[in-house]
Amino acid sequence: MRVVVCVKQVPNPEIAASQFRVDEQAKTVVPVPGVALVMSPFDEQAVEAALRLRDRGHDVTITVVSMGTESARAVIKHGLAMGADDGVLLVDPAFEGADSYATALALSRAIGKIGGVDLVLAGRQAADWDAGVVGAGIAEMLGWPLVSFARELRVDGRAARVERMLDEGTEIIAAELPAVVTVSNELGAPRAPTLRETMRAGRKPVAVWSVADLGLETGEVGAQGARCMRERLFIPEKRSRCEFVEGGSPREQAANLARRLREAKLV
Amino acid sequence: MADARGVLVVAELVQRRPSRLTRELLGLARRLAREAGGPAAAALLGDAGEETAQELIAYGADAVYVAAHPGLAEYHSEAWTAYVAHISREAAPAAILIGHGAAGGDLAPRLAFRLDTAVATGCVEARVEGGRLLFTRPCYGGNAREVVSFRTPPAVATFRAGACGAASRDGTRRGEVRHVLLDAGAAARRTRVVERKRDDAGGTRLEDARVVVAGGRGLNGPEGFRLLERLAQLLGGAVGASRVPCDLGWCPRSWQIGLTGRTVTPELYIAVGISGAGHHMAGCGGAGAIVAVNTDPEAAIYRDARYGVVGDYQQLLPPLIEEIERFNSRDRQAAS
Ligand SMILES: Cc1cc2nc3c(=O)[nH]c(=O)nc-3n(C[C@H](O)[C@H](O)[C@H](O)COP(=O)(O)OP(=O)(O)OC[C@H]3O[C@@H](n4cnc5c(N)ncnc54)[C@H](O)[C@@H]3O)c2cc1C
Ligand SMILES: Nc1ncnc2c1ncn2[C@@H]1O[C@H](COP(=O)(O)O)[C@@H](O)[C@H]1O
Repeated sequence: MRVVVCVKQVPNPEIAASQFRVDEQAKTVVPVPGVALVMSPFDEQAVEAALRLRDRGHDVTITVVSMGTESARAVIKHGLAMGADDGVLLVDPAFEGADSYATALALSRAIGKIGGVDLVLAGRQAADWDAGVVGAGIAEMLGWPLVSFARELRVDGRAARVERMLDEGTEIIAAELPAVVTVSNELGAPRAPTLRETMRAGRKPVAVWSVADLGLETGEVGAQGARCMRERLFIPEKRSRCEFVEGGSPREQAANLARRLREAKLV
Repeated sequence: MADARGVLVVAELVQRRPSRLTRELLGLARRLAREAGGPAAAALLGDAGEETAQELIAYGADAVYVAAHPGLAEYHSEAWTAYVAHISREAAPAAILIGHGAAGGDLAPRLAFRLDTAVATGCVEARVEGGRLLFTRPCYGGNAREVVSFRTPPAVATFRAGACGAASRDGTRRGEVRHVLLDAGAAARRTRVVERKRDDAGGTRLEDARVVVAGGRGLNGPEGFRLLERLAQLLGGAVGASRVPCDLGWCPRSWQIGLTGRTVTPELYIAVGISGAGHHMAGCGGAGAIVAVNTDPEAAIYRDARYGVVGDYQQLLPPLIEEIERFNSRDRQAAS
């Protein structure tokens, strides 16, 4: 079975709010020195979901695919070090400024070019723009079923059996393959690369494809192919107006808080 | 869809009634439709029937497209996408508004691609400026906000709770009900729901609660939630959590509030042992007042909080509960 995992490189999303900066003019996020570029966390869990299929005894070939700049090679390497078999890096200046639509177009073409793919895994959302769109877009462009927000993935013959998160519970969906599944944090922690896999990763093949390799025109991808336009980017203002409730003891503090809440008619 | 007009809301029901979020979206749809021109319409899928369609009209819909089919009562990705795409083509709106939950998060992007357009997810604001629709949404884990516009109609957008006040009900409003029939076809049979497990909701739904008491890693274990439950019960509220206790199994997964969890807009949000990461605040920043209980006076949560108490929750919550119980019994005595 051939599994493709779509992985995106993002600035470490655990960055402290106080460090975060944007360039309002350019409508871009300012890179902070010392903040690492990492594989988006849900994508790491999507790689983990693929590896668990192998752990359960399925014969899977796992390809990690990333569209980005040359630096995205690092997240492909990370996927390979986790245990994926090979990688595809989509790099081309024309990919720059892509929205979810243009991204899904490039990735779905790459999946077509890889060929014979049974299952595509993506993160529920990339931890930069937090969109949660590309997985569904790939499914629609390929005409495959989609199961989103997976917390568990199994394969049973020619169907994926996915437990997906609901607002107030979960449901198990059986989806005919080929299909697209997006992975949520409820899947659990991804494995760390072992020394052995990291050594082997250096020898695993990574293909590099351009817009032309995907049979696309430069006008269809990147900023030119985008259907959403960013008009503004800003950091929301916080008017700090916290009233600290004091007291000589925790009991007194609690009593003072209760009184303040009562005065404000909140309790 | 060159002459796209008006706004379409995909209705979400709770016990056959439009959810609070749907009522908010109807209010938003009316405002946008007024500014951009065209009607406010709603898509109603499932087996709820005429009465629910009339409810949607009372809350602001000029027209309701009803797809009455028991198979649509629960969200089903393939079937819902097919039906809502069909209704969207018929209604040809300039914008489609959908709630940002497990159903909307699945439906909206698929729908957008099927209609050959784009989507803005998790929006907190929408407005018309110079004839163009603009949508504001948090990104970068709540650290930033972006405003986006669309090059292609219709604009598909999902909204978090609290983006707009709920529409008020007006039972005298009249609207048109149109029935939609469609064979969702073979595609709908590619996926099948094998099983559905609901967390036993017990009390008030998080989204509808006037008070939410939420716990984080600072509870240091599942027992802390018993204390939170007592406080919530006393205040007629519901219990929520940051992602950490959900991931650690201290509480049900469905209690998660935040960017990838639920969005709540209670009058009072009591955050206990929660540091206040942007990812968490994305789900509760719209609360009327936030009370933060934390041992660390530097915790980020105090920048969002209205009231702060610095200290150990295990020492603070029991006397807080006692104090509120005392208020309540005094109220009861005064009333009798
Ligand atoms: C892409 C992405 C999406 C995410 N989505 C979400 C989401 O939807 N929801 C969410 O919540 N998180 C989400 N997170 C995680 C988020 O970044 C934070 O890691 C998380 O919210 C922290 O949870 P916390 O505040 O409970 O824990 P911590 O940050 O560890 O804070 C614990 C707090 O408890 C305090 N404390 C300790 N002991 C006590 C005590 N005895 N009494 C009182 N206070 C005490 C500490 O001072 C500290 O401030 C996401 C992360 C990523 C990367
Ligand atoms: N540039 C990219 N390269 C590879 N995968 C991507 C890229 N952008 C998005 N994805 C995948 O699509 C998921 C959802 O992304 P998004 O819709 O941007 O939030 C991510 O978690 C990735 O799995």
